[in-house]
Amino acid sequence: MTRITLNVNGTDHAVEVEPRHSLVDALREQCGQTGSHIGCEHGVCGACTILVDDEPVRGCLMFAVQADGKKIRTIEGLAENGAFNALQQAFHEHHALQCGFCTPGMLMLATWIVERGAPVSDDELRDIMASNLCRCTGYRNILRAVRAVLDGTITRGAGA
Amino acid sequence: MKPASFKYVLVETWDAAAAALAEHGDDAVILAGGQSLVPVMNFRLAQPAVLVDVNPITDGAYLRVEGDVLRVGALTRHVRFEAPGIDGPLGRLFPRVAHHIAHLPIRMRGTFGGSLAHADPASEWCALARTLDAVMVVQNAKGERRIDAADYFRAALTTDLAEGEVLREIELPALGPDWRCGFAEFNRRAGDFAIVQSVAAIEVRDGRIADARIGVGGATETPQRSAAAKAVLAGGAPSATLFAEAGAAAADAMDDLLADQQAGADMRRDLVRAMVMRALEDAVAAG
Amino acid sequence: MTVIGKSVTRLEDRALLTGTGRFAGDQNFEGQLYMRVVRSTVAHGCIVSIDTRAAAEMPGVFAVWTCADVADVPAINLRPGSALQDLERCRQPILAQGVVRYVGEPVAVVFADDPYRAEDAAELVWAEIEDLPPVVGLMDTPGEFSPGVSTEPSVFETGYGDVDAAFASAAHIIECELTVGRHTGVPLETRGALSIWNEAKGQLEFHAAAKVPHNNRIALATLLGLELDQLHLFEGHVGGGFGVRGEIYPDEVLVNLAALRFRRPVKWIEDRMEHLISANHSREQTHRIRAATDADGLILAIDDEFWFNQGAYARTHGATVPSVTAAMLPGPYKLPAYRSTGHIRLTNVTPAGTYRGPGRYETTFVREMLIERIAAELGLDPLEVRRTNLIAADEMPYDRPFSVGGSPIQYDSGDYPGALASALDQFGYDALQAEMAARRAAGELAGVGLICFVERGGDGPFDDVRVEMAADGSVEVVTGVASVGQGAETVVAQVCAETLGIDYSGIVVTHGQTDRIARGQGARASRVTVMTGNATHMAASGVRTILLETAAGLLQSPAETLDIVDGVIGLAGSPGDGPSLTVAEAAAEAICARGGTHLAVEETFEIDRATYSFGVHLAAVSVDPMTAGVTVERYAIAYDIGRAVNPMLVEGQLVGGAVQGIGGALLEEFLYDEAGQPLSVTFADYLMPTAAEVPDIECLVLEGDRSTTNPLGLKSGGDAGVTGAGAAIAAAIGAAIGKPETVTRLPVSPRRLRDILKAKS
Repeated sequence: MTRITLNVNGTDHAVEVEPRHSLVDALREQCGQTGSHIGCEHGVCGACTILVDDEPVRGCLMFAVQADGKKIRTIEGLAENGAFNALQQAFHEHHALQCGFCTPGMLMLATWIVERGAPVSDDELRDIMASNLCRCTGYRNILRAVRAVLDGTITRGAGA
Repeated sequence: MKPASFKYVLVETWDAAAAALAEHGDDAVILAGGQSLVPVMNFRLAQPAVLVDVNPITDGAYLRVEGDVLRVGALTRHVRFEAPGIDGPLGRLFPRVAHHIAHLPIRMRGTFGGSLAHADPASEWCALARTLDAVMVVQNAKGERRIDAADYFRAALTTDLAEGEVLREIELPALGPDWRCGFAEFNRRAGDFAIVQSVAAIEVRDGRIADARIGVGGATETPQRSAAAKAVLAGGAPSATLFAEAGAAAADAMDDLLADQQAGADMRRDLVRAMVMRALEDAVAAG
Repeated sequence: MTVIGKSVTRLEDRALLTGTGRFAGDQNFEGQLYMRVVRSTVAHGCIVSIDTRAAAEMPGVFAVWTCADVADVPAINLRPGSALQDLERCRQPILAQGVVRYVGEPVAVVFADDPYRAEDAAELVWAEIEDLPPVVGLMDTPGEFSPGVSTEPSVFETGYGDVDAAFASAAHIIECELTVGRHTGVPLETRGALSIWNEAKGQLEFHAAAKVPHNNRIALATLLGLELDQLHLFEGHVGGGFGVRGEIYPDEVLVNLAALRFRRPVKWIEDRMEHLISANHSREQTHRIRAATDADGLILAIDDEFWFNQGAYARTHGATVPSVTAAMLPGPYKLPAYRSTGHIRLTNVTPAGTYRGPGRYETTFVREMLIERIAAELGLDPLEVRRTNLIAADEMPYDRPFSVGGSPIQYDSGDYPGALASALDQFGYDALQAEMAARRAAGELAGVGLICFVERGGDGPFDDVRVEMAADGSVEVVTGVASVGQGAETVVAQVCAETLGIDYSGIVVTHGQTDRIARGQGARASRVTVMTGNATHMAASGVRTILLETAAGLLQSPAETLDIVDGVIGLAGSPGDGPSLTVAEAAAEAICARGGTHLAVEETFEIDRATYSFGVHLAAVSVDPMTAGVTVERYAIAYDIGRAVNPMLVEGQLVGGAVQGIGGALLEEFLYDEAGQPLSVTFADYLMPTAAEVPDIECLVLEGDRSTTNPLGLKSGGDAGVTGAGAAIAAAIGAAIGKPETVTRLPVSPRRLRDILKAKS
């Protein structure tokens, strides 16, 4: 076992892991942050997408030991003072989730797109969001939700 | 789908990486971006006893032109090629190739050297390296070894890298302003491995093709250069007809085509014809 | 206050958007063991021996079971009412007993203190299996599948009218063979289970249940030898169902059996590769279909013979898919005579069950491609052939004089030609056809497919709902349904809010908890909104009556003069004027008068028939002649749901279903080699659409004639998105290449389309 520190949404978690433990397993089992989901464990579905040092990463394809000391962001860190942030609000208003299993990965990928601050064409948005699989929504409403935030139509969430 | 146990070794220099490999022999595997290695470990198709993590190596990721050579650090992430900051035909080609590699989160982790070391038959970078006659610069305990692309790819997922060797740098020819480079790929979904892909580079002088390098990936176990296509193109004026003929020549000359559930050998041959033609069209269109 | 019919946001979203959901993997109990299943790697073989010693000696391993350890547990039952008798002999044991029959069949199971170590140990279980020749071809000549069981355990015939006479007098006879490939639901969350023995209560508690918890409780109790009150199921969040998740498989039985025997919590989370080879497959069937028509394309009779690939065992659904296939094939057309002969076939592949739109997706493809063929052979516009055959509005309700599974087939309401006309208008059909014709004339392969279908849902037999109101006016709706992501909580809350005149957003909707309500039908067959909606309306009406009667006394006005608006009871028609009191005040008063802690009214809604609704799918595609790749340029659905409780959620179902259906039309397929080895075992081989493969799906939700089967007039919406997608894509490809009769098999992969294009040229 290896002692590492995972900084998750601003909080340090000192945990013991085996080198083979995936980052998403460590987040869920050692840090108790079960918001990031495991959908395929081979890097295709993107349900486990999280931000590591502000870049989107498949949590199933990075070992926890590789994230020692790095800044990790997950769905649990999105809400602001108990209220939805803009992306959460947009997903809510646009019905961009059904079962909600892909939602954590979709939100974190979209967070990266929004925070990047660069203009995003519809084609580029579709291309990037095609990184993650959703089996419920048919994607249309997910794209609309992210677009609403990019365009500033939805800027913050409703109160808790 | 949890990987088997392994020992984890972090290294901060290429020398240390080579030393770690020498110490552990063929039980050790390099962990770079991990975007191909970790899935096969999760499936337990690979169970290395030791993982040598080269990510901390600080001088491993770069893209720079030195004279007529373009040097690519093995740890350069795919995403870097989407905005390579390099002039000339290769600078224009790289984003179009990189865009076809899986999806953005994968491209942000996966590395150029990792793709070449993994040597998947459908790898975009392997096809590009073979097409452009890259030279692999390899570190081992004794020092450095250079391998030409023509000798490097041995079989599917098999390279000339020997036990104790780590790929450190890739040299590509910094093609001059007369070159035009193109890329085309066919797959069933965005981001999937190519069924067939082609990289085309043509040198156009006075309206005639003075030199050509046509590569094909995904069709065979290792990426191929097409001498047949080059012969068709040599001396000709770029045109749709000529490109179609080059595609047909490349397709006709292919041996040992792969067959799987996505495409049989005959279908791959048809796709070689289409992709070579379209890579050439892309080269002209991209300027 | 009117909230039925409004696109209000969902009650389900908050937990799911903040990462605080409770999916199977999110739940843990102190001291739990992790289960790992060892699966057959051969398609058919005799188990010579299974060596578990090395695994048992691994650190952290608690137990290893093989078939001998579970020989006392019966094979998994077929759901009551779903079976043809001969399928009883094809049930699956929870661990293979002497013979393995598909790659993925459980042969042993390991319990350890950690999931990684459980997998380490499972790798060391060595099963020596002597290969037997596998049956892999659906259409092979029947033979013996297992001792005393034929590869064709059941053949059934159903229909009505004089089919033979119709063919004898027909102007034209059109026939074709059409095949739908093997694909399935593939929810993003794999299966999972967590079971714990509650010593204090003397009961086994199965967490992470899904879809049909009440039915599964009965089935599991039988299998485990428990009294019903010794077992309870609890549904958490469910990461997609689509018919697949929430059925009883060997794995779920093993988890519960282990928790019962070990008196220790046991957890199992399936991995993705396991899911693709062990959860139910679906769809695969081949039809040889003939139509007799008159000179104008009016269909006089259809004679359909089909073969359904059940895989290696009958599963919980029994013969549901082939039965529904026979029932749904006639679709929205008059069809005076019909015969369907279904062959259920066993092969050495993963067993099959239902997948969203079972029997609808397949038969809509078969029927609509038959119509394309009729049009081509008679030189007619396929749209005209459809119009000629559509059931007219004045023919409603329309009886099909045969029944499937004892349930009469009566199309309750709808103006099918009118809905079709609306769709054509909304989607700019004529202009689109003209544009595509021009592109074809310019040498492109581009075309439009437009198909019609009928959806069936909202069938019974019953649904119970209890509406409970506390003294503060807060409301809980206790149901026997399940939530698989479709928005059940929101829809039920809307119906309850509408009935009670209160805000929907504070209503708690409970589902999937067998300790809260005695019976339940779960979430299957597009039934929740119709069945639970009406039961909720009935129970909430009961609470409303109590509130108004209580208020009548306090306000000194007859109850029938009162109404509830925005949570305030006052004189009907004049909100804000005159004496009033709040729902909470009335509830407190009523509880005080009646005793107890809540006002509680439980009602049962019963029905013996389904709702039927009409829809249209339109696809515009282009084909790359050099690669045989297909691009879906436009996709549109018109669906007459009669009355939409929440139009936004209806659209969500349509769009999501359509993308699944497009997946099955172009990308998704479980392929096997000649040895029965599965070739589609990862997400790199089983290709589901990403955002890049599909356009924004356009929707036209029509609210035409309401259903006549239920007081709220509701129809179903869960499957209408997927049902027509295979047919529409296939018809569009046929139009693009100018040879509709050549598209005979889904998915239309580049490989198959290349063969079609080669044969054409």
